[in-house]
Amino acid sequence: MVELTINKIKVNAEEGMTILDAAKKAGIAIPTLCHLKDLFPTGACRICSVEVEGQRGLIPSCAYPVSEGMIVDTNSPRVRRARKTIVELLIENHPQDCLVCVRNKNCELQDLSAQYGVREHRYAGEAKEHAIDLSSPSLERDPAKCILCGRCVRVCNEVQNVGAIDFTNRGFQSTVTTPYNKGINISDCILCGQCILVCPTAALREKSASKEVSNALNSKSKYCVAQIAPAVRASLGEEYNMPLGADVTGQIVTGLRRLGFKKVFDTNFAADLTIMEEATELINRVTKNKPLPMFTSCCPGWVKYIEHNKPNLLNHVSTCKSPHEMEGAILKTYYAKKMGIDPKDIYVVSIMPCTVKKFESHRPELSEEHLADVDAVLTTRELVRFFNMAGIDFADLPQDNFDNPLGESTGAAVIFGTSGGVMEAALRTAYNMLTGKELEKLEFDDIRGFDGVKELSIKVNDLQLNVAVVNGVGNVAKILDDVEQGICKYHFIEVMACPGGCINGGGQPIHSKPEKLMKRVKALYSIDSKMFHRKSHENEAVKTLYKEFFVEPNSHKAHEILHTSYTPRKK
Amino acid sequence: MHKQIFEKYPPKDKSVLIAILQDVQNHFGYLPETELQEVADFVGLPLSRVYGVATFYNQFRLTPLGENVIRVCRGTACHVSNSANILFNLESALNVKAGQTTRDKKFTLETVACIGACSIAPVITVNEDYFGKVAVKEIPNILKKYSTPKK
Ligand code: SF4
Ligand code: SF4
Ligand code: SF4
Ligand code: FES
Repeated sequence: MVELTINKIKVNAEEGMTILDAAKKAGIAIPTLCHLKDLFPTGACRICSVEVEGQRGLIPSCAYPVSEGMIVDTNSPRVRRARKTIVELLIENHPQDCLVCVRNKNCELQDLSAQYGVREHRYAGEAKEHAIDLSSPSLERDPAKCILCGRCVRVCNEVQNVGAIDFTNRGFQSTVTTPYNKGINISDCILCGQCILVCPTAALREKSASKEVSNALNSKSKYCVAQIAPAVRASLGEEYNMPLGADVTGQIVTGLRRLGFKKVFDTNFAADLTIMEEATELINRVTKNKPLPMFTSCCPGWVKYIEHNKPNLLNHVSTCKSPHEMEGAILKTYYAKKMGIDPKDIYVVSIMPCTVKKFESHRPELSEEHLADVDAVLTTRELVRFFNMAGIDFADLPQDNFDNPLGESTGAAVIFGTSGGVMEAALRTAYNMLTGKELEKLEFDDIRGFDGVKELSIKVNDLQLNVAVVNGVGNVAKILDDVEQGICKYHFIEVMACPGGCINGGGQPIHSKPEKLMKRVKALYSIDSKMFHRKSHENEAVKTLYKEFFVEPNSHKAHEILHTSYTPRKK
Repeated sequence: MHKQIFEKYPPKDKSVLIAILQDVQNHFGYLPETELQEVADFVGLPLSRVYGVATFYNQFRLTPLGENVIRVCRGTACHVSNSANILFNLESALNVKAGQTTRDKKFTLETVACIGACSIAPVITVNEDYFGKVAVKEIPNILKKYSTPKK
């Protein structure tokens, strides 16, 4: 422990702590831009500058360790002036279009401008001109709004281990972009949107599908149905200042009905179905000596990652479509027939925490007789904008239930939204399929939580089943190398591209506090624990679906409608 | 061909990136896109990082040089003799910006800080030839001289 003085307050801090963290502990806020928690500081933006007695220049507090007896001033006139100048310079090189910007009222540059009282344009000069990169169906890059903080670059490189974007050129020409400034869609970007979550401005944002969805809702000939992913219900309330981790499923259902959706279904129904298919596939692979380990396939970000980086291992990826694609496929086959609706008229909108799912819904592999399984994907953030525009007072909405039969689900399905959930759900059912018995304890604590790679080994009959959960695609490289060399000891591996899983997906409310993530996870596990049915094979509607339509998991028909194939891609 | 280049270096060592890029450029005269991907794989960095480094340093070129390289001096002495106007006229005549190469690959137009021939400012060089006290009206003739195919 060292003792230092910050703004005349005595502060105790651990050795090695930065001035920034020590100040935070003492309730003193210092603004940051380039700083990202848990990553090595770059000291690039200087907005966190403070005065340290005995030092001539200002010190970047995010990168400077505390020391015994240090005297720090975070709020001297000189510090305030320096910060204000930085903000003014950033603003001058930034489009002045806050009123029509998607991040209006949720922008760190706006906040800083307000905080430091910027009231005039003192440095009017040449501003950069850049084209917006609209190449991808998932995300847009608007380099004119980029303030070069580098957070996206670091998340993409150091957390996701993708490295699709980086700084190029230098000085005034400096830009964050893809190699050769080609569209993001032809790079090896996996479209996970983690960069959107850290971007302080609107330089990175989702490609909105609001127009298409609006048009479909207004069209007389379309039968619009919505489905929502598990993670959406645990986070959407945050945008309405509801308690963190509030389960707002019932309000979302009501809200979607008010927007004009004819039916509102639950992607969790298809998550249960996914488990039936995937567990069966796993058992087949284990008993029939097919390629092992098997990887989960419900995260399209992960799928795109392996398509780019290890296309030779694609036969290790489960052939199951992701849950919302399964739900769409059933809606346009089984459900359409049952209800006597022409599948061409059904317009399926998936409400997802995810930006990649937009790209996924455009994959040619994911369609029935040339009709896409899913017509449009809206992120959690886009749905909030829909609600706001429609004057829906979300927090006060009454709760409603999903439509059936594609609205029924079990506790196993809802935990799909967090890292480890798919594996836990699969184990609950695979155990039953292999032994005919039920697990005594349904919770697998070893594979819950935020560790990078989580392992578990359980005995099922004579088989010692080894499984792993990879939390964030940045942790998967080593395992892929092992699989390539044939020395991987696991049978089954879950991979979720986003750290934490879909609760932290690139389409979720922009958050800055890790507590929010924990609360979202808790919300999902709590929904699971309160459900009457907590195992996918107990889902009555899924059972009926097999009886009336698919006969059994992995049947020929199931393969046709619920399974898919993959495409090797360039690195 | 670049196999020999890689042989000199340990694989997956990020610190040798710049040295390898220099070798590749010496070999090809510029950094071809396909080579850049191979360099990225060899040193174990994403292509975006290698591209970022290649565009950060002025010494690296991402496009091949044209048959003739025109350099316009932008040093102080030339500047006061209105070299900006010379540059502007060259850019218009060749339809490229400084740093670029014409579509027909005949000319690359570059600027340099100071050639050291201040007494005859404004100066441009074409390949090894010097042109001092250049006037705008001489530009078409100079270009013509180098446009005609050799032999
Ligand atoms: S979407 Fe993901 S992979 Fe693509 S640039 Fe952003 S962080 Fe990187
Ligand atoms: S795109 Fe956003 S996160 Fe990336 S450097 Fe620019 S401002 Fe920062
Ligand atoms: S973890 Fe979830 S939100 Fe993130 S890319 Fe995968 S499916 Fe999308
Ligand atoms: S936040 Fe400290 S230098 Fe950018």
